[in-house]
Amino acid sequence: MDQIVLERIRQTVTGNPIVLYMKGTPQFPQCGFSGLAAQVLRACGVTEYVAVNVLADAEIYENLKYYANWPTFPQLYLKGELIGGSDIMKDLYEKGELQKLVESAKAP
Amino acid sequence: MTTPEAIKGYIEQGLNCDYVHVEGDGRHFEAVIVSTAFQGKSMVQQHQMVYGVLGDRMREEIHALSMKTFTPEQWSNRI
Repeated sequence: MDQIVLERIRQTVTGNPIVLYMKGTPQFPQCGFSGLAAQVLRACGVTEYVAVNVLADAEIYENLKYYANWPTFPQLYLKGELIGGSDIMKDLYEKGELQKLVESAKAP
Repeated sequence: MTTPEAIKGYIEQGLNCDYVHVEGDGRHFEAVIVSTAFQGKSMVQQHQMVYGVLGDRMREEIHALSMKTFTPEQWSNRI
């Protein structure tokens, strides 16, 4: 566990309203679950968000699991708070709750 | 290779559950977990509890675990 990397993660997730840590990029996801997460965000009408490709950043890949005690990818953060992985994102989307969470995250 | 039974055992050791069912192909697994410990917890908190119990096994042996978590009340009045 690397405190410097954890601080870097903290700054990223608190400094940006919507942050998705995923394998690959929204355009070229490298894993089905990450692809689903990007798709769900698109379905919520989110076009601008920070997508971090964990496959391109070994430090993040190794340390993110310690930040919010969540060992898998993708991970969605809204206003610094872990919302969950693709399972929870899909479930919240189907209940119409993710759209509300995203709206409130985008609000200034 | 991890088996569904092994994961079921890991979960039951760390969390007192009314019901646990796990299926999977050795890398991707699906689990249904019913526990009183989930009461008053959000879904992400419930899943964090399960990940906490699985610990590092989660990273090495289990690539993906889809979870459905319920309190006993939710489980009894599901459709």
